[in-house]
Formats: sequence, C-alpha cells, structure tokens
Amino acid sequence: MPRVNEICRYIRSKNAGPFWITVDLFFKDRSSFDLYSRSEALSAGRLAGIFGVPEDSVKWFAVPDLNVVKFSYPRTAPQGGMIERDMHGGQQFARLLEIVA
Amino acid sequence: MTRLTNTVNVIVPVGALGTGVRASNLEEGLALGADAIACDAGSTDSGPAYLATAQPKYSRDAVKADLRLLMLAQAKARIPLLIGSCGTSGADAALDWTRDIAIEIAREEGLSPRIALLYSEQRPADMAAAAAAGAITPLAPMTTVDPAMFAACDHIVALMGPEPYVAAIEAGADIVLGGRTTDTAVLAAIPLMKGADVGSAWHAAKIAECGGLCTRNPREGGVLIRIGTEAFEIEPLDAANVCDPYSASSHMLYENSDPFHLVEPGGILDVTEARYRAVDDRVVQVRGSRFDPRPYTMKLEGAAGGPFQTIMLVGIQDPKVLGEIDRFLAQMQEMMTARIYAVLGKAIGDFNISLRAYGWNAVSGTTVAPPATPPREVGLLFVATARTQDLATLIAKTCNPLFFHMPLDREMELPSYGFPFSPAEIERGRVFEFKLNHVIRVDDPMALVRTVMIESAEFADAQG
Repeated sequence: MPRVNEICRYIRSKNAGPFWITVDLFFKDRSSFDLYSRSEALSAGRLAGIFGVPEDSVKWFAVPDLNVVKFSYPRTAPQGGMIERDMHGGQQFARLLEIVA
Repeated sequence: MTRLTNTVNVIVPVGALGTGVRASNLEEGLALGADAIACDAGSTDSGPAYLATAQPKYSRDAVKADLRLLMLAQAKARIPLLIGSCGTSGADAALDWTRDIAIEIAREEGLSPRIALLYSEQRPADMAAAAAAGAITPLAPMTTVDPAMFAACDHIVALMGPEPYVAAIEAGADIVLGGRTTDTAVLAAIPLMKGADVGSAWHAAKIAECGGLCTRNPREGGVLIRIGTEAFEIEPLDAANVCDPYSASSHMLYENSDPFHLVEPGGILDVTEARYRAVDDRVVQVRGSRFDPRPYTMKLEGAAGGPFQTIMLVGIQDPKVLGEIDRFLAQMQEMMTARIYAVLGKAIGDFNISLRAYGWNAVSGTTVAPPATPPREVGLLFVATARTQDLATLIAKTCNPLFFHMPLDREMELPSYGFPFSPAEIERGRVFEFKLNHVIRVDDPMALVRTVMIESAEFADAQG
C-alpha cells in the first residue's frame, strides 16, 4: 500500500487561531481519497493518538469535491507560550507522511 | 456561463496591509468598476507578542508604502477604503499608529479624506466584570470563564463585524481604519450595506480574505469580488493570473478549523451547499452560500506578558556526540538542572531549561524512531525561562560551561562546541501568552465600539 505522501498532491498544517491546528490532505485523485478517507489509519481516533489529544476533541471532515481529508485538533498549549516549537503550526503535517492505509 | 449583473464590487488588493500592494492591481480593479477597496492589516497568526504589546508586526515603511497606494486610489476613484485590524493586533495603540501614518500620507500627497477610526479594545476590568455577570462564554478547547483571566490581560480586543464600518461610511467617511475585526467583515461591509446577497457577501469575503491566496498564483497580486443578488464572482486583478473552482474553494480550508462553517459576529456562514463554477478560464462564480443569523457575539482576544527568556546556541559536528544524541541531551538536561540548584539554591524559584536540537527533534519535541540518524551538523538551542530577565540570564550563565564543554562521557577530553556569538547568551525578552478564547454577547453591534471621525487636514494641523 502507498504511503500518504505518495498519494497526496499536497499536505499542509497551519494554525486555525491561537488554540487550534488544522491539517489538510489533498489527495491526487478520487480513488485514493475514497480509500484513505474511509481508512482507520486516518480516523479521528488514530490522528488524536499521533498528536496526543483526546479523540473527541478532533474535528474531522471529508471534502469530496476537493478530494480532501481535513482535520483540526486543539493545541496542548496556546500558540507562542514558554515552549513553542512551531509558532504557526506549519510543520506539524510531517508526522503524517509515512502513514499507510 | 452568464455573468452576474448589478453587482457590488470590492477590490481586495492584498492579504495584509504592508506585504506589498501593486499599483497596477489598483488600476485594473478601478477599470473593472469597483465600489470599494478593502483589506485587512492584522491577525493573531503571528503570535501573542503583537497583541500583548500592541506593537505592529510589519515595518512602518512597508505599511506606509501600501497605504499610500490605497489612499491615492481612494482619492482618485472616490470610493470607500476600509482597512480592518490595523497595526496587526487592532489594539487602540496599533490603530493610532496606523492613523498617524495615514495623516502623514494625506499631508504629503495633499489629500484631505474624512477618516473614521473604529476602536474595539476593551478594558480588562470591564471584561472581568462582564465575565462575572455571565455575558461571556468560552470557546473550545477552553472551558472556563474566570474573571481573573480577563483582568490578567495586558490588552483585550473584541472582533468587530461589518456594522461599525457601514455606520462610518453612512456618516460620510472616505476611509475607515478599524481596530480588530473579523477578516471577512471588512470585505463584506460595503456589499452588505448596498443590499447584496448576504450569504454571497460573507462567502466572497472569506474566499478573498488573503487576497490572491485563492488564485493559482498567490504571488501575483489581489482579487476583485463581485457580489450579486444570489451569487458572487471572484477574479484575479492581474490579467495573467487565474482563479478556478479548485483554487477558490480550497481557500475555505485555509486557517479554518471547519471547512463548511464560519462563525461571524451575527451568524454563521454555511457553504455546505455552495457550488463553484468556472465562468471562463480565470473567473469563478459561486452560488448556494447561506448565512444563518444568530444572536450577536463578539470574539475576544487577550494576551499578556509572562516570564522572561535568555537563549544560547551552539553548533555540534562531533560524530561521537551526534551518534548518541538522545543520551547526550538527557545528560545535559540533568547536569544543568543539578548545577542550577547547586549554585543558586532553591531561591531560584520556578524556572525552565529547554534544550532543542535543530536537525534532530527540535520542531516536533518527540522521540525520533530508529533507524533515523542525525545529519552532519546539529544546532542546539538552549532556552532558560524565569520570572525576570536577570534570573533567566543568571541561569544561562551558570549553564554556560556545561553547554560549551559537556563531554558525552565523563572520562573523555573536554570538547568545545561551536558558539556563533559573543557574548554567548542572548536576552530574548518576555514570553507572551494568549489568555482568551471567548465570546461576549452584545445587544448592539456598536456596544463595544467607539467611533472617532477626523478630518485629516484639520487633524494634521492640530498635531502641528
């Protein structure tokens, strides 16, 4: 099975305000979107585990018109605090690249 | 496809004032027939310092260059110019900073616009009282409304909707400079004022909020939005740029935790049923956007200064150290902490030492799974955090010998890691923190807003 970074055209993460990070996975085509959007590997529960947040705090969306899976999760500390490693949340997508459906 | 007629047209020249307005974009937008020019000048996205200090993020010269082009276009076309979230945070001092630039430009260019200033900063004590009175509710992930949280903020701003902008234009303003405003409200204000379709106005504003980011080539300038009676269109201002259904609809995802709904002060934009169609090879038409009215709320943003930090940086190339970097870092953390207590005692109080290995796991902060190995060089950042700058520096100086010379194993010769600077320690200043993620209910969209109307020429004279 291909990895996420092989079947996505583009994957990005970014702040959605100071308290949330949102991640967009743009799949190359409908068949890979269909496969991965229904896969346990990209379920809210699995993603919550990867980012260390409670499952019920994850907002998860399929956007079929764009072949996109989008999810958002709360930051463990608000943006810009004492131990900020990624001010804009722009590097958090990298944890997803090796996922296999 | 049939083009929309009788639209209200807004030039959105740039995603943020100060990032580079193109004069050619304004000419193109005016030639297409614009009813207003609108853009945003702020955000929380750059971090809490800008709100906590009310200092702008962009340089005065960069903001002035953009504002000059916009003011000249406004004067030439005699259409309103609306700018939201002035000075990054939209705090009162940041708005005044922008006002002074506008006055200076007016004087230099011989312009005399009527300028409305919309202030939406709130006094922490007032917001603490509102919290105690039950007018404020938290937004996830926050769950509490402790009045003390509000009182602890250095600056609090309430995000305005379009109503204060509409009121200012109706009162005769040529230019409106707003404090903190939702990105969308400043773009939607004129279409809403002129009776365009409400859902379309809000949706178009959301798509255009970052200027050209909804086009195929975001570096090629801004966009024009045309709001009709039941749909809207979006087109790039640069003739060579392209907006297509994919680039436009993808923008609903951007910096937005929900791709279908956007909460605004007086309701919720719902784009679940919206359909994007290409009018031609560079213009997109959108139908089916809805706006569901809700009781009026304003989001509150608040920030404050926290503890202080002093940092040091070394570069490490030693392959033995890099070969066991996790053990090395754990040992350094342990030895530094022990050294602080040995030298400074318990009197040091709360402090934090954070070691971040760039090239290894500084950004993620998580354990690196094998078989990954570090690259040829790693940059190691030391961050001491303490309640005063002096204490943070004291900690850094106390840790300096370990940071410089700690060997991987005790019996080894003393290594020297590569400091790039002298002195080694850098006083970084305060940590700033966002404190609020709340909304306040108001009966009137103007209740927390103070409008000041100035005649720029007279104001300049009064200032001398």
